[in-house]
Amino acid sequence: MTKQIRQLDRVVIRFAGDSGDGMQLTGDRFTSETAQLGNDISTLPNFPAEIRAPAGTLPGVSSFQVHFADYDILTPGDAPNVLVAMNPAALKANLADLPRGADIIVNTDEFTKRNLAKVGYQSSPLDDDTLAGYVVHPVALTSMTVGALAAHEVSKKDAERSKNMFALGLLSWMYSRPYESTLRFLERKFAARPELVAANVAAFTAGWNFGETTEDFAVRYEVKPAKMQPGTYRNITGNAALSLGLVAAGVRSGLPVFLGAYPITPASDILHELSKHKRFGVLTMQAEDEIAAVGAALGASYGGSLGVTTTSGPGVALKSETISLAVALELPLVIVDVQRAGPSTGMPTKTEQADLNMALYGRHGEAPVAVIAPRSPSDCFFAALEAARIALTYRTPVILLSDNYVANGSEPWLLPDVESLPDLRVEFATEPNGDDGTTFLPYLRDPETLARPWAIPGTAGLEHRIGGLEKADKTGDISYDPANHDFMVRTRAARIETIRVPDIEVEDPDGDARVLVLGWGSTYGPIGAACRGVRQRGLSIAQAHLRHLAPMPANLGEVLRSYDKVVIPEMNLGQLAHVIRARYLVDAISYNQVRGLPFTAAELETTLEEVLKNV
Amino acid sequence: MSEPVALKLTAKDFKSDQEVRWCPGCGDYAILAAIQQFMPELNIPRERTVFVSGIGCSSRFPYYMNTYGMHSIHGRAPAIATGLSVSRPDLSVWVVTGDGDALSIGGNHLIHALRRNVNLKILLFNNRIYGLTKGQYSPTSEVGKVTKSTPAGSADAPFNPLSLALGAEASFVGRTIDSDRKHLQSVLRAAAQHEGSAFVEIYQNCNIFNDGAFEQLKDPSTRDDYLIRLEHGQPITFGADGRFCVVHPPGGFGLEVRETSTVRPEEIVVHDATVADPAYAFALSRLPGLDLRNTPIGVFRSVDRPSYDSVVQSQLAAAKATVTETPEQQLAGLLGSGDTWTII
Repeated sequence: MTKQIRQLDRVVIRFAGDSGDGMQLTGDRFTSETAQLGNDISTLPNFPAEIRAPAGTLPGVSSFQVHFADYDILTPGDAPNVLVAMNPAALKANLADLPRGADIIVNTDEFTKRNLAKVGYQSSPLDDDTLAGYVVHPVALTSMTVGALAAHEVSKKDAERSKNMFALGLLSWMYSRPYESTLRFLERKFAARPELVAANVAAFTAGWNFGETTEDFAVRYEVKPAKMQPGTYRNITGNAALSLGLVAAGVRSGLPVFLGAYPITPASDILHELSKHKRFGVLTMQAEDEIAAVGAALGASYGGSLGVTTTSGPGVALKSETISLAVALELPLVIVDVQRAGPSTGMPTKTEQADLNMALYGRHGEAPVAVIAPRSPSDCFFAALEAARIALTYRTPVILLSDNYVANGSEPWLLPDVESLPDLRVEFATEPNGDDGTTFLPYLRDPETLARPWAIPGTAGLEHRIGGLEKADKTGDISYDPANHDFMVRTRAARIETIRVPDIEVEDPDGDARVLVLGWGSTYGPIGAACRGVRQRGLSIAQAHLRHLAPMPANLGEVLRSYDKVVIPEMNLGQLAHVIRARYLVDAISYNQVRGLPFTAAELETTLEEVLKNV
Repeated sequence: MSEPVALKLTAKDFKSDQEVRWCPGCGDYAILAAIQQFMPELNIPRERTVFVSGIGCSSRFPYYMNTYGMHSIHGRAPAIATGLSVSRPDLSVWVVTGDGDALSIGGNHLIHALRRNVNLKILLFNNRIYGLTKGQYSPTSEVGKVTKSTPAGSADAPFNPLSLALGAEASFVGRTIDSDRKHLQSVLRAAAQHEGSAFVEIYQNCNIFNDGAFEQLKDPSTRDDYLIRLEHGQPITFGADGRFCVVHPPGGFGLEVRETSTVRPEEIVVHDATVADPAYAFALSRLPGLDLRNTPIGVFRSVDRPSYDSVVQSQLAAAKATVTETPEQQLAGLLGSGDTWTII
């Protein structure tokens, strides 16, 4: 039968199922197909910390949301237009997020009495009026997959496990996605087991053909490619981009990269990725604990590597003492904190921005460090380079505050020209720097950067000792002199304030905004989308986003004071707002949410409109 | 390879310009002097030698050596030294630590450095007390030790540092005494030649807070009957005229001390530091009694095992050997890997 084809400008799809149903993989493949087509994309994986929570339960639900459009988009979308629910738990856990009229594709095979009871459904929502107002497509996904694989030499279990490919095939048909990359992917993934390649391809094809033939799906959709800057793109997650940024920092500095890390969600993927890049001279060490991980990184920095440690909030807490040592030693060190919801174990797979205070202040003594934050998945690449630039130029620890949202979310990335990346070459000290021509003064500073010389072991004539005890200016000898300590504390603070960072830019297309929204880190997308919404209603609003949290851009105070009101949305209880109020005496309005999820653009838009009403 | 050039260094070359600030009479002075005197024979340039320490009296050590050095934070020296050593295989990296630093706050790093077999020479100055914090009991203090923090006597059972190191898969384990310069240097010599982690416990006297802790091993009237000097390939006998010996009792698990006159010569254990099974060295480490009788010193264990550094470096070298492009070309290839698309 001929199907109607309808054009859409944007679609949000959420794949939801049990943790073992392969929803992350399904979403990832759909995203890749969509990227190939040239749509703009933003994704939001959402999964439990448990590897396999009890099957069919609400805590075991894993989902992957993908937003794609024929124009540039900033967020993974507030509400799905389509929900794929692989079982009753997935339906129940996600239904509240669906606007009326949304399409719901359900795997009817899983709607058994037992599975319904597990999530507290008295009767099947497919039979009662629970889903009234939605467009429900009941599909016997599991049994059709098993049926399609009857002739294949795979176990029933393996056949059932291929149902996610059936779902992917159906959705790929529905949204006219090119599927070649998925076929290639399956060949790679199951290279060792050709029978599984055949089974998964057959399941995908069956899903596609089902869409083509069934009368239940009368319409096929198309979303045209977005107008994007010319160039070569790939879809990339924040953790992957950050890893590549660290590799690039090694190439552009000419230094070996040393990563010390201890497994922790959601940062472990950076360790996995970097461990693959030994041919770049990247050395990774899975340490015995978080403290050893940063210690080994600092030891490597002392020896002339770019020392890096990657972790999440609990790990930064453990590393705190060593970061302070790095402040005292004045050696380069990059500390990546992929933030998650805390305190303590909190919600390890959910996002939050609540480690800002710890990054800025969480050390003993006066121990200032540089702090930066990426605004989007692909921006993690450039943030990693910037962290390396500051660490190497100013010989200081730099904390890079990523979070779960940008780390696991993805977006298209216009590949940069390698030659255009910053030149990070450093010069090690090779000669004595004392007036007498023979003495080496390890704490004699560069007058411009206040950085001390980096004299690595192996350099003859520059043998010297450094340590955590307070050092005399210039000589680095142990010193308990009161005036010297005062001087050194102020100098270490000045060293951070001296770091040159770009001015903050304000986006105010109307030019007459009286309200500024200031954000930092991963809230860039939702804030940007909300500002667009506000402007579409004819109101003016300005947006500025902080990448450098320490030191802050030199023009920030002036920018803040030129607006009547400043709104600071954060996924914490107002940590940046406190800093802004204290530092600039600006009566900022703090808007906060700590739900483990990114802001939706709609709720931010409502908040901003309220503020605008009162200007 | 050409013959290494003799550097003709002397003890003086290894003395830094810093004033040594240990208490007068501290055993650390003897150890420092012994090491400064010993270092030249390694013929390693000063700039390629690094001492890394933690916190405590012994950890001030790097300040007094005219090499590269880092006085780090409490317990973390093995971790910091691991990052340095594995990324810089050209360096000779030494860790100086104490019983509190290595066995209490830094216990985790110590055992993991040993199990990995990182190419570190770890010198543990054991004085069985916390000196720098002025006299609390340490993880090697004896049960019942009365200190400022244990007025009724310590309730903790102490660690036996060598047993711990052996349990952690250490490939080289030795013990020596601060006051016996010749012996100390002989153990350091063996440690320096060992590829991988070398763990050396040095009994060190704290004359302020735990004076005489090892006196029986030093007093000429008792030491010969208390000390067992291990020598590779030699039967283990000690005491005046070899009065005592070490045997492997039939049916037992460990080693025991007997009067030599009561056993057949072939029953006396011949010391072999290269025995693969750590149980032998462990049994040696269990010989001393609470009164320090039967304390073996020397090299307990020295077995060949690839160092962590060498395995890691060979993986790096193998990966780099496949590279034919410039780093920039490689990077461009990496950035553009996976599914890409082009917009014109």
